[in-house]
Amino acid sequence: MAKYDVDAEKLKQLESYIDSIEQKEGALIGVLYKAQEIFGYLPKDVQLFIARKLNIPAAKVYGVATFYSYFTMEPRGKHVINVCMGTACFVKGADKVLEEIKKQLNITEGNMSPDGMFTVDSLRCVGACGLAPVVMVDGKVYGRVKVEDVKSILDEYREGGSTQ
Amino acid sequence: MPIRMELLVCGGTGCQASNSNRVLDVLKEEIKKANLQSEVNVLMTGCFGFCEKGPIVKVMPDNVFYVEVDEDAARKIVAEHVVKGRVYQEKLYVEPDTHEKLSEQSKIPFYKKQLRIALRNCGKIDPENINEYIAADGYMALGKVLTEMTPEEVIDVVKRSGLRGRGGGGFPTGVKWEATRKSKSDIKYVICNADEGDPGAFMDRSILEGDPHSVLEGMAIAAYAIGAQFGYIYVRAEYPLAIHRLRIAINQARELGLLGKNIFGTDFSFDVEIKIGAGAFICGEETALINSIEGGRGEPTVKPPYPAQVGLWKKPTNINNVETFANIAPIILNGADWFASIGTEKSKGTKVFALAGKVNNVGLVEVPMGITLREIIYDLGGGIKGGKKFKAVQTGGPSGGCIPAEHLDTPIDYDNLTALGSMMGSGGMIVMDEDDCMVNIAKFYLEFSCDESCGRCTACRIGNKRLLEILNKITEGKGEMEDLEMLKELAETVRDSSLCGLGQTSPNPVLSTMKFFYDEYLAHVRDKECPAGVCKELLKYYIIPEKCVGCTACARVCPVNVIHGEPKKVHVIDRDGCIKCGQCYNTCRFGAITRK
Repeated sequence: MAKYDVDAEKLKQLESYIDSIEQKEGALIGVLYKAQEIFGYLPKDVQLFIARKLNIPAAKVYGVATFYSYFTMEPRGKHVINVCMGTACFVKGADKVLEEIKKQLNITEGNMSPDGMFTVDSLRCVGACGLAPVVMVDGKVYGRVKVEDVKSILDEYREGGSTQ
Repeated sequence: MPIRMELLVCGGTGCQASNSNRVLDVLKEEIKKANLQSEVNVLMTGCFGFCEKGPIVKVMPDNVFYVEVDEDAARKIVAEHVVKGRVYQEKLYVEPDTHEKLSEQSKIPFYKKQLRIALRNCGKIDPENINEYIAADGYMALGKVLTEMTPEEVIDVVKRSGLRGRGGGGFPTGVKWEATRKSKSDIKYVICNADEGDPGAFMDRSILEGDPHSVLEGMAIAAYAIGAQFGYIYVRAEYPLAIHRLRIAINQARELGLLGKNIFGTDFSFDVEIKIGAGAFICGEETALINSIEGGRGEPTVKPPYPAQVGLWKKPTNINNVETFANIAPIILNGADWFASIGTEKSKGTKVFALAGKVNNVGLVEVPMGITLREIIYDLGGGIKGGKKFKAVQTGGPSGGCIPAEHLDTPIDYDNLTALGSMMGSGGMIVMDEDDCMVNIAKFYLEFSCDESCGRCTACRIGNKRLLEILNKITEGKGEMEDLEMLKELAETVRDSSLCGLGQTSPNPVLSTMKFFYDEYLAHVRDKECPAGVCKELLKYYIIPEKCVGCTACARVCPVNVIHGEPKKVHVIDRDGCIKCGQCYNTCRFGAITRK
């Protein structure tokens, strides 16, 4: 087997997952999900590994991984913050909340905070429009977020992060 | 001891975010403390729709509707209502005009004009318990279809009901089924499109969360009608709760033999699998969705051939939206004539709308087709937030358009909305007020379409990008009159020459705002002003001399030091150097700074 420049233990985990799939045709998106769950993102070598395991061109894996916004090829912060940019949130000032989060986390380029604690992204409508604007941190939904609330929301995770 | 009372707690995403899980726990704890667990049942239901006033708790059979229930209120409801039998007045809905407290759900204006068919069980049953669905006549329609009707008869009922696809296009459902039925193949598929990607829309999510079996039953009936053995539900990854409840529903249906082999002892077999999307709006387009289920990039393909002929794995495939499937069982049970008696001439039945934006009652409503926009926004929605002035309502998401006040009395149906340059779409309805800049809204939707364009056809990939560039120019105050002509011409070209529905409808937000709000475009281009005061580059900040007390707060906070004046004297802003950051505006405690 070719050498892959990623954690061997995690790769093994992925391999046994792929081996457990009976119907390999059409399984690519599911495999990428699993890979991102294991590695946190999809490094090049992981994509290559998947291509060889599923016996499809690496270009196809890359093509799919780049097509869908769920998949990322960059490492992510410990906590993922998603600001909903659906219309309802937008008209209620979600852009200002996003700006404030980035400001407080000192994010100027890209979307990860310099300390690697947070990745900030916007996302399309979580469907909680009644609570607009909405911010999601690691899947937990915060509703009716005001610019003034940003600090206390971030602190919840900052403290949690340092004591762990 | 028999159950004498049930407490229904809303478990929709909106109410869960407002802590309804905790409310549920507290109610259970308190019931237990009062030693009433054998006679009072506490359960979590699907969405009640009234997200604005969540978390909602409903007490049955007393039929009392509590709003904005927090932990403390939950304790009081048990202590007062459950134990002592008197309604806890503090958390009843208060009618804003008369200040009357309303305890009955159906008396609340938000619910008055609603007619619930697709949402019939949402907020009534526990979506994680199949027996509750069955008790509400669930799977009766499937039983009737399998034991008493031929596939052709089923298709005939659906056709005569006049049901049209609820996902956006409005194609007659029965005709679609018939086409798939007629395609010859040993293997066929049914797909439920739950890739609800319109920003500001949450109809399908609420149905999946609140009544997943209604979708499974609709799919099984469709499978029988077209001759399919297998189905997929393609659902967005952003809807974890919907996925969770669907999984439970599928497993429970399998256990009872309502999915799987030889359903109801007949030779009909059908099973369903969930496919989770990975975040691509375009996958709501049916050919793109099929490509995505097959594990590839979700790019649309040219139609024909239609999925009814060549679909998933090249087999005939029928794709319907969540809400469409949820309508099927009631149509079968109550008959085509009943359904066709509701609605307008060409649009039958009801439609679920996600009412959001600057409206008092945000939430989910299901109304008969033919109701006017005004009724939805003012009667159900309770009017505009903060007493502001209505400007437009956006329907159909990024594929739709903005409808102005003069068309508020239009009866809603597929054809009327299309005639106004908007569309039904999946049912998102966003209300905008005087503070929203229509050019900026058009830009918002176009950014969305640019992001979500799959890049396959030139018109959509490049055309939308150029449109966005022109809009950026206009909102930055650099627009010229020729830009407006170019904008319109290019928008029409993209509309007419794109490959799929996304590209063909992506210029709608631009075209409709240009049609109804041309004066705003003119103001941006000719006068370099944003009438709503939204476009930052066009704002001008002024100090109102009569209100300025000379406290110097604004001068101190100004990052570029362009506010001048001596203490206790009127200050002025030197607009040449102003970077329009708005700090002075936010800082002034005397309302002495305005912008326009």
